[in-house]
Amino acid sequence: MRVTDMIVPLIIMLILLHGILKKTDVTEDFTKGAAEGLRTAAGLVPMLVLMLTAVGMFTSSGAADMLSALISPAAEKLGFPQECVPLVLIRPISGSGALAAVSRLFERIHPDSFEGRVASVLMASTETTFYTIAVYSAALHKKAGGRVLISAAAADITGFVLSALTVRLLFR
Amino acid sequence: MLAITILVILLLSAAAGSFNNSWASISSAAVSSCTDAVQLGIFLAGSMALWCGLMRVAESSGLTARVSALLSPVIRLIFGRLDDDAKKAVSLNLTADLLGLGNAATPTGIAAVRALQKSSRPRRNTAVLTVLNTASIQLVPVTISALREANGSVSPFEIMPAVLLTSAAAAAVGCITASLLYSGAD
Repeated sequence: MRVTDMIVPLIIMLILLHGILKKTDVTEDFTKGAAEGLRTAAGLVPMLVLMLTAVGMFTSSGAADMLSALISPAAEKLGFPQECVPLVLIRPISGSGALAAVSRLFERIHPDSFEGRVASVLMASTETTFYTIAVYSAALHKKAGGRVLISAAAADITGFVLSALTVRLLFR
Repeated sequence: MLAITILVILLLSAAAGSFNNSWASISSAAVSSCTDAVQLGIFLAGSMALWCGLMRVAESSGLTARVSALLSPVIRLIFGRLDDDAKKAVSLNLTADLLGLGNAATPTGIAAVRALQKSSRPRRNTAVLTVLNTASIQLVPVTISALREANGSVSPFEIMPAVLLTSAAAAAVGCITASLLYSGAD
């Protein structure tokens, strides 16, 4: 029995139980929210078609392997698996692109292998940095400053390096 | 930005295609990937529906507000004193991040940066919130776990501790960098 296998079911039960105890219309709320989630997912598909096509062409051309081979000496020094290098390059730029890259990666590498786990941790603990910065500065009608970019890049690099390190530490 | 990225990806693919003589596999990837994309969308739709539904239940039963209240000391530590509106907006945003809502968390983030404009250090606080969002501290990595499950992972959520550790460290480094760079900016 693993604690991580318990967290998600417990969170789901807690949320539903809290709703029932507070006497809110749980089913009505849930279905409304779920419908919104479906719409979000449907809205994502057109972008995924574009990105998966681009990433698919990139991977099958052999360009991804060549690029990984180019960067792998540096990545190897940090203990970072070569297979995950293309993911690092696309992750800050495009969320759906990164999603496309991971889903391609999982076709070749099992998600429970070392590389698969590093890819998973990397996906979950970093964000579409440039997109996020662009959205927030657009919301304020301001240009994003260089200092925001530097801070976010520092966070991203920490995330990339640590994703391999934490997987090494926590899975043996 | 995105269009240029895609163009670069395609140009690199064309160059590699000529070099490796892999045009046949590029063309089959070009026509088959669209179906994969729709399939991927279906996988994601399930988990997104589930978590958005649960989030809505948590919101209207007041659970989100409770979690936000729990986050309040952390928010004070990171942002200093904030007025009630800003504190509420920031904690809602961080709660959405923690639950791994990704795209669905964006509107709460926008509300939060707008509310922070009236705080005492608007530029520094905006930068810190932006960095916190780019570091994406997640308790439940919904999307990637759905993808792991779909590809035969025995324990899709086993990555949770590693994700929490990695993103917390990344967020800390980002926050400290932003605090240093913006000291004296406001």
